[in-house]
Amino acid sequence: MSENRVDEYRRRFVAALGGAAAVATVAPGFILREAHAAGEVAAKDPAQAVTSAKRWGMLIDVTRLTDGGRGMVAACKKEHGWDNNPHSAPEQKAHWARVVKVTDKLTKNSFELPVMCQHCEQPPCVDVCPTGASMKRADGIVQVNKHICIGCRYCMMACPYKARSFVHEHLVDQKMHSPRGIGTVESCNLCVHRVDNGQLPACVQAAPDAVTFGDLNDPNSTISQKLKAMGGKQIRADLNLNTGVRYYGI
Amino acid sequence: MASQSITFRETRESKGFFILLAVLGAFLALGALAFFHNEHHGHYVTGMNNQIVWGLPHVFAIFLIVAASGALNVGSIGTVFGKGIYQPMGRLSALVAMSLLIGGLIVLVLDLGRPDRLIVAMTTYNFKSIFAWNIILYNGFLALAAVYVWTMMDRHAKKFYKPAGFFAFSWRLILTLGTGSIFGFLVARDFYNSAVMAPLFIVMSFAFGLAVFILVLYFAYTWTGRPLGDAVLNRLRYLLAVFIGGVLLLELARQLTGLYIAQRAGVTYFILFEGGIYTQLFWVGQIMLGSLLPLSLIFCRKLANNRVALLLAAGFTILGGFAQLYVILVGGQAYPLTLFPGAEVSSDYFDGVVNSYTPSIWELMLGLGGIALALVMVTIGVKVLRFLPESLADKVADPHSK
Repeated sequence: MSENRVDEYRRRFVAALGGAAAVATVAPGFILREAHAAGEVAAKDPAQAVTSAKRWGMLIDVTRLTDGGRGMVAACKKEHGWDNNPHSAPEQKAHWARVVKVTDKLTKNSFELPVMCQHCEQPPCVDVCPTGASMKRADGIVQVNKHICIGCRYCMMACPYKARSFVHEHLVDQKMHSPRGIGTVESCNLCVHRVDNGQLPACVQAAPDAVTFGDLNDPNSTISQKLKAMGGKQIRADLNLNTGVRYYGI
Repeated sequence: MASQSITFRETRESKGFFILLAVLGAFLALGALAFFHNEHHGHYVTGMNNQIVWGLPHVFAIFLIVAASGALNVGSIGTVFGKGIYQPMGRLSALVAMSLLIGGLIVLVLDLGRPDRLIVAMTTYNFKSIFAWNIILYNGFLALAAVYVWTMMDRHAKKFYKPAGFFAFSWRLILTLGTGSIFGFLVARDFYNSAVMAPLFIVMSFAFGLAVFILVLYFAYTWTGRPLGDAVLNRLRYLLAVFIGGVLLLELARQLTGLYIAQRAGVTYFILFEGGIYTQLFWVGQIMLGSLLPLSLIFCRKLANNRVALLLAAGFTILGGFAQLYVILVGGQAYPLTLFPGAEVSSDYFDGVVNSYTPSIWELMLGLGGIALALVMVTIGVKVLRFLPESLADKVADPHSK
């Protein structure tokens, strides 16, 4: 072995060592950044049926939401256009998501969080719907089939989160990807049109540092890993609905 | 079966018949107008909203549906329990029951966001939903009540009279169980989620249905000049008192349970003491005017055999029924949902606040239209078919009395 070749090996070895060190130093940060950047979602082949192999869910880190979730609500509003009901009174206007301020009566500890459909595993709105219009997709997304909703509003009576809205007037200028209808009930559908295309829900994209979206059934998904490490609380966990939307910091 | 001396006869054609139809027709027209107005504009013209999602139309609809199953009781007491004095009233009892049910259902259907999709509701079922079961129960009730009437009217079908009456009675109990369970099954609302709602609604149906029946019976006989004796009226009078007492008893159990369990204490305290209009409706409407006053009118010795007192008792029972349903339906929704037990919540979308509801005139018109439809069906029913005995005088209805 010539002197030069030894040097070459040494150089390679050192370079490899340096590279490994660099990876070891940068990678955790990178992974962490990815984890904060809202999780992962793979596009679904339109010809392929939705299966229960996946269960979509969301982890909202309330401590990282500097605006209490207002940006998420605004993104939802923009994506689905649900604020377009000029005739309706404030109580009648649609709200797919809202920011709720919570203050403990005793300790006065206070925080804000965005509240929308919690995509329960056992959704009361689905149980009570007479026609089956209120339905849960195999992948855990709870939504309304607007073709068979008769507008009885029983699901709104049943929802523990006030997540559903009834459309009180004729709608104009609707979003093509999110059709709505007078006389039917609607709610957050986890941006099903985006998720099926491999995109993150609009609200998740609006708060990537605070929200993680992904497959709750996959133990290796970012959301599952984070839930395992950080924990994630449910609103009204006492109702035992096993919600797909979880919160950290509440 | 009814005593042999009972003769059933259609009511005669008279000016009064047409005047009554005209008055009821005016209310029907107003109800139709309200429906088309809501349908044309959307529900924003009503007082209902995304916080109080069920309002006055549902109070009317549920009153009529609950009263419908109760009205059939008069017939059932004759058929199932063999009380002879009730048997001549069986046909009218079934007619009133069917009419009230259709009146209630029409209000419910016309208030749907998409009433044009009624066919969907009739053909696409989610059998985990008590609402879906109710659709089957309502249709079955109409069919069974019709069969029951047939067995009473057709001599050839007489052998089916007992079984038909028994089935209709069983079915109506299950039906009201289902109506009460619409509320009983709501997991997240502390004012509703209780098994007691089912028996409460059953005993409410006894009281409301009988009160409506008493008024229909009295005016049907008075306006057509047919004799109606005290024997019948006094039976119904004291039966009404028993039913009012039953409602009070279950209501007491429900409210005490609510006060006792910390989770429910908030909403119960709200309804009983702090709820403004709902507290007033509960104590003044339901308890005083709707329960204690009718009981006083029934048991006051000076008012024995007094028909006006009986009519007032029945009328106030109905008024109390509306108050009770308004408190249950609207009051129960007015109290905010508990998102975080032990914490106060607020938002720009009415979280943590008592929700307000002011019924619109359209909702009232729709509800009154439902009542008018029920009464039109009874009025025409007794005119074209033999529902009413010619006489319910004491010697005919209860030959063995005194």
